Amino acid sequence: MKPPPFRYADPGSVDEALDVLAAEGDGAKVLAGGQSLLPLLAMRLAAPATLVDVNRVPGLDRVEASAGGVRVGALVRHAGLLRDTAAAEVQPLLARATADVAHPAIRNRGTTVGSIAHADPSGELTAVLALTGGSVTVARPSGRAEVGWRDLFVGPLETSLSGPAVVVDAFFPALAERSGTAFAEIARRKGDYAVCGAAVVVTLDEDRRVAAVRAAYLSVGPVPEVHDLTEAVAGKPVDSADWAAAGALARTLVDPDTDLHATADYRRLLVGVLTERTLAEAAAEAAGRTAA
Amino acid sequence: MTTKLFGEPVRRREDARLITGRGRYLDDIGAGALAAAFVRSPHAHARITDIDVEAALDVEGLVAIYTYEDLTGPMAEPLPVLIPHPQLHAPRTGYPLADGVVHHVGEPVVMVVATDRYVAEDAAERIVVGYEELPVVVGIDTARAAEHAVHPDVPDNVAARHHQETGDVEPALAASPHTLTFTQTIERSACTPLEGKGVHARWDPDDGSLRVYSSTQASTSVRAAIAAKLELSLDRVEVIAPDVGGGFGVKIVHPWPEELLVPMAAMRLGREVKWAEDRREHFVSSAHERGQRQEVTVGFDDDGRLTALDVHVWHDNGAYTPYGIIVPIITATQLVGPYVVPVYRVVVESLYTNTVIVTPYRGAGRPQACFAMERTMDRIADALGLDRAEVRRRNLITPDQFPYDHHLTFQDGRPVVYDSGDYPGLLEKLTALVGWESVEERRAEAAGRGKLLGAGMALYVEGTGPGPYEGGHVQVLGSGKVLVSTGLTSQGQGHETVFAQIVASELGVPMEDVEVHTGDTRRFGYAVGTFASRAAVMSGNAVALAARGVREKALRIAADVLEADPSDLEIDEGLVQVRGTPGASIPLRTVAVLSNPLRYAFDEAAKQATQFATHDDTKPPVAPGDAPGLEHRDYYSPLRSTFASGAHAAVVEIDPQTWEIDVVQYAVVHDCGNVVNPMIVEGQVHGGVAQGVGGALYERMAYDADGQLQNASFMDFLVPYASEVPDVVIDHQQTPSPLNPLGIKGAGEAGVIPGSAALASAIEDAVGRRVAAMPISPSELYDLVRDDTAERTAASTRRTGATA
Amino acid sequence: MTSIDTERTVSLTVNGVPREARVPVRRVLADALRDDLGLTGTHVGCAHGVCGSCTVLVDGEPVRSCLVLAVQVQGAAVTTVEGLARDDHRGGQVLHPVQEAFRECHALQCGFCTPGFLVTIAAGLEARDAAEEITEEEVDELVGGNLCRCTGYTNIKKAVRHAAATMREDAR
Repeated sequence: MKPPPFRYADPGSVDEALDVLAAEGDGAKVLAGGQSLLPLLAMRLAAPATLVDVNRVPGLDRVEASAGGVRVGALVRHAGLLRDTAAAEVQPLLARATADVAHPAIRNRGTTVGSIAHADPSGELTAVLALTGGSVTVARPSGRAEVGWRDLFVGPLETSLSGPAVVVDAFFPALAERSGTAFAEIARRKGDYAVCGAAVVVTLDEDRRVAAVRAAYLSVGPVPEVHDLTEAVAGKPVDSADWAAAGALARTLVDPDTDLHATADYRRLLVGVLTERTLAEAAAEAAGRTAA
Repeated sequence: MTTKLFGEPVRRREDARLITGRGRYLDDIGAGALAAAFVRSPHAHARITDIDVEAALDVEGLVAIYTYEDLTGPMAEPLPVLIPHPQLHAPRTGYPLADGVVHHVGEPVVMVVATDRYVAEDAAERIVVGYEELPVVVGIDTARAAEHAVHPDVPDNVAARHHQETGDVEPALAASPHTLTFTQTIERSACTPLEGKGVHARWDPDDGSLRVYSSTQASTSVRAAIAAKLELSLDRVEVIAPDVGGGFGVKIVHPWPEELLVPMAAMRLGREVKWAEDRREHFVSSAHERGQRQEVTVGFDDDGRLTALDVHVWHDNGAYTPYGIIVPIITATQLVGPYVVPVYRVVVESLYTNTVIVTPYRGAGRPQACFAMERTMDRIADALGLDRAEVRRRNLITPDQFPYDHHLTFQDGRPVVYDSGDYPGLLEKLTALVGWESVEERRAEAAGRGKLLGAGMALYVEGTGPGPYEGGHVQVLGSGKVLVSTGLTSQGQGHETVFAQIVASELGVPMEDVEVHTGDTRRFGYAVGTFASRAAVMSGNAVALAARGVREKALRIAADVLEADPSDLEIDEGLVQVRGTPGASIPLRTVAVLSNPLRYAFDEAAKQATQFATHDDTKPPVAPGDAPGLEHRDYYSPLRSTFASGAHAAVVEIDPQTWEIDVVQYAVVHDCGNVVNPMIVEGQVHGGVAQGVGGALYERMAYDADGQLQNASFMDFLVPYASEVPDVVIDHQQTPSPLNPLGIKGAGEAGVIPGSAALASAIEDAVGRRVAAMPISPSELYDLVRDDTAERTAASTRRTGATA
Repeated sequence: MTSIDTERTVSLTVNGVPREARVPVRRVLADALRDDLGLTGTHVGCAHGVCGSCTVLVDGEPVRSCLVLAVQVQGAAVTTVEGLARDDHRGGQVLHPVQEAFRECHALQCGFCTPGFLVTIAAGLEARDAAEEITEEEVDELVGGNLCRCTGYTNIKKAVRHAAATMREDAR
């Protein structure tokens, strides 16, 4: 379990990184936190010709929280985002989901953006990016562009990015007003990839009635999906909404797979349970943020 | 007054080096050695058609490539059947490197030696092996169906049919007031020590000697195997087990192919060669255990007392049987547990499958045996509407029945005769410890919180300390240092501490003066190994006997000097003194000096023993029958195993929405006779329980139908983290063994044995559905509870009406 | 122009001592520490980042040294288990409270996973306010990311409490 041979560069800027990526061609791969890539190398399931380590690129380690949302630089570690109270203020899901990412030693090294670029459907932050309608900034030799989550995730461990490209940040829109969120996951062991997880957002109208309900799931389907569950509870007063009905609706919308740790049926069960539980929590938060 | 250390929670002396990074594990040895890597079969069953090494040859740093064609003499023959048995009628073993056919994924085909492991893996990756795939047999049902054979000359896939009976079971069953028949399965798991296997070899061409370090549980036997296979005289081979990062059974198997191939390469290349197994190799090329299917028919009377027991077990032994049928025998013989079984018949069919070999993993067939018997007790209780503890109590062997002969033959070829125990005492302590009487109240309380609570228990008896023997050597040096050595090995059990406690107590010296060496054939050449909870029993008693021999000689010499009778002398804190006469004393270190008559002095102490310092010219300096030096070697060879026992109870809470299983209480009552170091024994119990919980709720080897192991990583083979292991409460009982001088019984494996049985019982109690297959995950539990055909327990029906 | 290499010289500080090693770029930090710098106290248990045996501190924070390339720690300060004890300026060493606690509480058996636990716990205890009594949640977090196959964790958790109590005592 030793990585195969590769060449290594640690450019000092995004432009230099793009130069190396362009020169090295398809065999080049960006290395940031490496917490998913290094195991693949150790098992020789990946054999990049060149690793382009962006850890020395200045300026990518910032979390910028503004009224509109949170921009997370490509070198922000999970642990850094978890500690960022300003980010949690703007988009509470970030800290809630990040707390469930693996274990502290992995969170100290792994990056939020890296886990998004890894496009693992069991990744906590891929689900959050989807649910919040987020995007990533992709630097290419031709310039920078925003890529929305829907255009980014193509399949399990597969993004739409090709050719020389560096994801320089991810943007998570702020939690809307009169909204609340919650995140929960069930893993076989604490810190494992979730058997199933749910990230939800509930938005109320000015009368504290349910206006919108959306959910995204982990480890359910090949790419993150956002499901609109509003119809199950639309217009219901927040205190008497039937979250179980939303859970039941969610179960009909998902199409999970069976793997070693759980059957598709069990995952569907958890989708229902986690939906109901997280919605109740998110609704309480939304109610707290909505003037009575 | 003697130095009292036996029985004390003495802190471990191994720890000083292990907590500072100064341990010396296999891969820490031989910096700069060449590294070996292996091309292993990607197929579960295939004929090798071609091996093309061409592409590997230009890898810079490649040193050598070996295939079966390069093996000569005994190396080209099959690996040994280590433990032959008359009922193992079709033993099969592999070769160090595959000879034409591979029988499981992971079997070594080519060995590559290179300047480091990275390069060795590069070269291995480029070697192209052609395979013609053959039909694959995976799983007990497929093996039994025998549409295909793992070994063509064993068409029914049955390696062994192990059979024991204590009477005529069929009439006994026919005459029983009640009978029940049921089947159960238990899946594969594995030891997975944090350190994999590993071998380092250094050949000295000048004196034609070989030194091998191996992360093994049996260094003396590895030595013998290497000598035989590489055609070396035994005295030219030394094998040392350095610090070993856990064993749990997998490292008792030997010789592993690598234990022969690495020394072979070192000899041929004249260079140091090392192989440190990586995690993926460990999953696919070491050993697994546990996989069994059990069919139980039990007869019992209206009070729930056993009248007859008939058990048929199908045991998955993997592709080969190098370790014989030890696991099946243990299952067969330990199944009876602490109970009176009037008539017992057991048949274990050991089956070949195209999977990794199956050899002992901590517990070694006992967790399965316990699962069979304890779940039988639960079923009897359920059928009769009796309390599960009460049914057990009625069937227990009572303290006045010892020695208790089960009329079975154990894994050591000796009778299963329980030497001592107090099983009702265990059960009483257990029910008190777990609060068995209050389970119904707690169930109601949990229900109020939306949780399903259930409790379960399991008892076991464990044969420990099997022979044939272990030895010990104790030597007092002129410096006062006491050297202790024994041949068996250590993998974290604290032997350096425990054996030092024993010797210090026996000899009357401070523990700091005692230095213990294990698993080093240079120090002690005769040994069997560390397995079957035997180290404390076997080597503990051996070093005690050796220490007693030293003590006797010391008293004899001191008596001469002090002009006293040896029986009036005592040794305390390293001083031999006349009891009750202060001042009449001689340090033990001086006795050591005097024990060796000298011509040459090299320090002040030695002068006392030189020829002009001693004056008795009436007898030779070394008397006939005596020997120079204050040392003694002795052996302990028991008549038969000593039987430890214990009882576990688990309380679970299950979330009826997600079916997550939370072990909220785990109680252990443990009896391993006299305890040398209670801190270490508790540590063994803790670790065993964690493995038991892992085996019950998390760990399984998931093979697909093609014989590919689907979860060969710690990401998917779920060894519990701290978050998955419950806190354990322990109560002790001490029933000394009458069989050995120290009255001790083994403790190493006990903790793991009842895990699956107790947890299955608790889960069944919580959900009211029969749990007959372990391990069980939340996903599987969900399948069970919504399966309309799944059997409901009578207890749940009685408890809730017919609505369970 | 960015250099693209197959080998590099890495300079770093290990346990307070400046060190340098010429390594192939693919060498993981664990192997560089063990094989190039001779610090074999750090153990590799799984090589894929799950078990935590190889955990070391990089600039004070626990990371899996099997999931970091040696070339990536250029200029960094690495602490391994060999660096936990402090020099007592009398030719000996003073063990870190967590090392003492592991021995006192029998928190290790085979010792293979121990270095990873020790550095993780030491870093965690040092990052918290020693004067505060440690909570069970903190204990769980500190031990929760490493695998041990011997101890069942009971005594490791006990050792964390013990070490925290010692540090609390020292902080008074």
